[in-house]
Amino acid sequence: MTKKEKTGKKKKLSGLEKWQSERIDITQKRFRVGDYLAEKVIKGVAYLSIAIVFLIFVFVFRESLPIFNTSKPATETAVVGKQDSQETYGAVTDNTSTTQESYGSVADSSSKTNVQETYGEVTDQTASQEQNILAGDSASSKNSSSDTYTVSAGSGSDDNRTALKSMATKEWVPVSANPRYGLLALILGTIKITFISLLFAAPLSILAAIYVSVFANKRMKEIIKPTIELLAGFPSVVIGFFALMVLATFLQSVFHYETRLNSFVGGIAMGIAAIPIIFTITEDALTAVPKSFYEASLALGASKWQTAFFVILPAATPGIFAAILLGIGRVFGETMIALMATGNAAQMDLNPFASVRTLAATIGAEMAEVVFGDTHYNVLFLIGSLLFIFTFVINAVAEFYVKGKLMKRIQGK
Amino acid sequence: MINSFRKNFKGVAIEGITLFSALLIITIIIVMITVIFIGGKSQLSWEFLTSFPTEGMTKGGIFPAIYGTALLVIIMSIAAVPFGTITAIYLTEYAKESSFIAKTIRFAVRTLAVIPSIIYGLFGLGFFIKFVGTHVDSALYGGTLHWGQPNLLWASLTMALLTLPVVIVSVEEALKTVPQELRAASLALGATKWQTIRKVVLPESVSGIMTGTILAVSRGAGEVAPILFTGAAYYLATLPGLGDQFMVLGYHIYVLTTQSANVDQSLPIQFGTTCVLLMLTFVLNMSAVILRYRIRKKKNN
Amino acid sequence: MSENKIHTENMFLYYSEKMALNNISITIPEKKVTAFIGPSGCGKSTFLRSLNRMNDLIDGVRIDGKVMIDGVNIYDKNIDVVNLRKKVGMVFQKSNPFAKSIYENVAYGPKINGVNDKSHLDEIVETALKNAAIWEEVKDRLGDSALGLSGGQQQRLCIARTLAVNPEIVLMDEPASALDPLSTAKIEELIVQLKEKYTIVIVTHNMQQAARISDNTAFFYLGELIEHDKTKKIFTNPEKKQTEDYITGRFG
Repeated sequence: MTKKEKTGKKKKLSGLEKWQSERIDITQKRFRVGDYLAEKVIKGVAYLSIAIVFLIFVFVFRESLPIFNTSKPATETAVVGKQDSQETYGAVTDNTSTTQESYGSVADSSSKTNVQETYGEVTDQTASQEQNILAGDSASSKNSSSDTYTVSAGSGSDDNRTALKSMATKEWVPVSANPRYGLLALILGTIKITFISLLFAAPLSILAAIYVSVFANKRMKEIIKPTIELLAGFPSVVIGFFALMVLATFLQSVFHYETRLNSFVGGIAMGIAAIPIIFTITEDALTAVPKSFYEASLALGASKWQTAFFVILPAATPGIFAAILLGIGRVFGETMIALMATGNAAQMDLNPFASVRTLAATIGAEMAEVVFGDTHYNVLFLIGSLLFIFTFVINAVAEFYVKGKLMKRIQGK
Repeated sequence: MINSFRKNFKGVAIEGITLFSALLIITIIIVMITVIFIGGKSQLSWEFLTSFPTEGMTKGGIFPAIYGTALLVIIMSIAAVPFGTITAIYLTEYAKESSFIAKTIRFAVRTLAVIPSIIYGLFGLGFFIKFVGTHVDSALYGGTLHWGQPNLLWASLTMALLTLPVVIVSVEEALKTVPQELRAASLALGATKWQTIRKVVLPESVSGIMTGTILAVSRGAGEVAPILFTGAAYYLATLPGLGDQFMVLGYHIYVLTTQSANVDQSLPIQFGTTCVLLMLTFVLNMSAVILRYRIRKKKNN
Repeated sequence: MSENKIHTENMFLYYSEKMALNNISITIPEKKVTAFIGPSGCGKSTFLRSLNRMNDLIDGVRIDGKVMIDGVNIYDKNIDVVNLRKKVGMVFQKSNPFAKSIYENVAYGPKINGVNDKSHLDEIVETALKNAAIWEEVKDRLGDSALGLSGGQQQRLCIARTLAVNPEIVLMDEPASALDPLSTAKIEELIVQLKEKYTIVIVTHNMQQAARISDNTAFFYLGELIEHDKTKKIFTNPEKKQTEDYITGRFG
């Protein structure tokens, strides 16, 4: 027993001694495989995020490319491909084509307007120009599959040319014997709804941010700020649901307009979604204004509100501008609220109480029912590319121009 | 005297307006939560959560939607969390703050954060389904359709891209709270950079990675636009696998409210589903807030 | 002086464009305690950190001249920095134990160097803790978190952690500046013991401390090495006026 222990100890000791007597050679750089690989992999993965932005643009744009192909006729293989996808998607189309009926029942039966009325009969009425036209879902229940297919099979250079030409018009009638892809109504609708939601959200959020960063005591701040930030975590489909079920009815009873779902309701709902973005960025910008500005102003005898409006606010304007820009970006691309609360009628109408259809909602509503590779499909992707470019530019402006300016003002560089 | 009173009055009025704005926003939030909760309360039962929809979705539960949501966020997290964590590690540990490449990556991440979710849907369709899926099919199945169509896998990966910036930002914040002295201590002991990251930095930022994951899960559970045409389904009688379409809470709400044949009859279910989704995201966000608060507190110590 | 362990020649260090160390030439003997003194911002810590290339972690640092350890210029191209840091250990101003157990803290270094045998590790940990004069205090709670130790214990644990890697040189950057007098005394006592086995370079702004524990003292001022000699001589009969002004408390 003791012998065993002794030998064990001896062995251990020799291990320790070996460890202690080991001379370290520093003159030769050792190649460490693990570190080398780790660094390369980490670097590669990080670079991927740049690649993803590119890929998103490339692949969204790529699917819209055929629309620009106005010289060559559609090839055989493309048609075959379409046939395949058509078959698989038949089921989806059928599923969702129950839409028409249900849609009407969402709105109060009393306030059923021309929007709903035209809805079911789109294919027939497409010729009548100033009508409110709903598209997409109109791949109507019974004959949609075969109809759409004939249209798509014939899509060649001529179709693309007419499609391209039709984009500058007002009519969005993608599914008919004579499809037209007028984007103007969609663009106008998107701008209108963005305008309304900003009119609602921007002042509210900016004033609230001023309250939190200038007037509020610590306790109020600790309640208000996290609560508003919590709103950022609300799924947009929940806000859309709230708008559709509660807000629409409420606002209608207050303002007594005709169409229950319209750009006003949608705008307010999207405004709710944009509030946390505008609030947070504005609050950050206000807090970033150095305390010395604030103290200097107070020392000169200015009151708190004077300081807030004449010193802090001007210093933070670029930040507030960025907040509004990113708010616009959010509303512009918002899909679910637009789908649920705006009425989805593509019409040229400046009336805030008329139904609208936004660009994003158009993609959301129609993509699931479209024939892959069809002109309609390409146009939807083209709309996607436009949205991408728009938000990219907005973000770039917010990032570089505004931040640069903000730094200049605050640090006087 | 009068002047100062006027000045004072103006100050009070302005403070009042700002306070009113803040309170109005809070009121909207509270009203939203209350209305949805009251509307959905009667539906909330064990049975509702664990049974299939019946009678044309006007009765029964939402189990398949919960199941689909869970699968979606799990697969999404498996893709997004390691990816996001690694990117955050690069940004904090390897890249120099001022280097061009770091700036570009940060810009790319912020761009990813502001790209509308519907664009991710388009990308999922154009890239995963039409490009990757179709190629996989022609390579493995001789062109018959298996992966070249919407399914759970593609939807989850699309969602992973969408939530990537959420993970990156949270993990980066957490990594930055790991004191520089600990890195120095490890390096001074003869540890390599990677050993230092693996054994010291990452264990110290576990809670940050968790925050990022929770926020990503909350976002992924609630987003609908990216999966509208990459995998979400209206109704399925069976539970989905990777290659199937699937039901999901957010899409379920959308479909029931706008696409179903009898909106009025399914109203309780709509409220119930919305309530479940809201509570889910609410709880997730709350825990993320608490975790983050703890991290910041640690940083200040 | 005995064998030269560290030797620098005409060494300059720049932060971007700003010169932080100006023409440092010094020879540090083996198994002695060498103290760097001087007012804060004089470059003594910067110089210490350049002896195991911890300055590499800071962007924009450039070094000219020679820094030789055992006759090898550690700024040569094929120097293995990781191994260099094993050979030249460092104890920091603020104790910085990992959020791990006491045992894991000390075992960290050997483990990353490939020692996995449990009994072998136990031995290394025990020896290191004994050498750092903290074994008696922690031997019954090796599994507890190191963050539960007092400041002085934490610092001695950090020393043990450094010793466990088996360095030849131990750099100490104001190791006792954040500690109470009792803990400081323990650390000082420990340093004196350690010089039997290790070459020790310590930065301190506490002149009494330098006088108590060091064999040689170097006085830095404004990035320059003003004077370097036997501690006794520096404190009793300095050659340069600046040194005299500093140690008699006329500035700094």
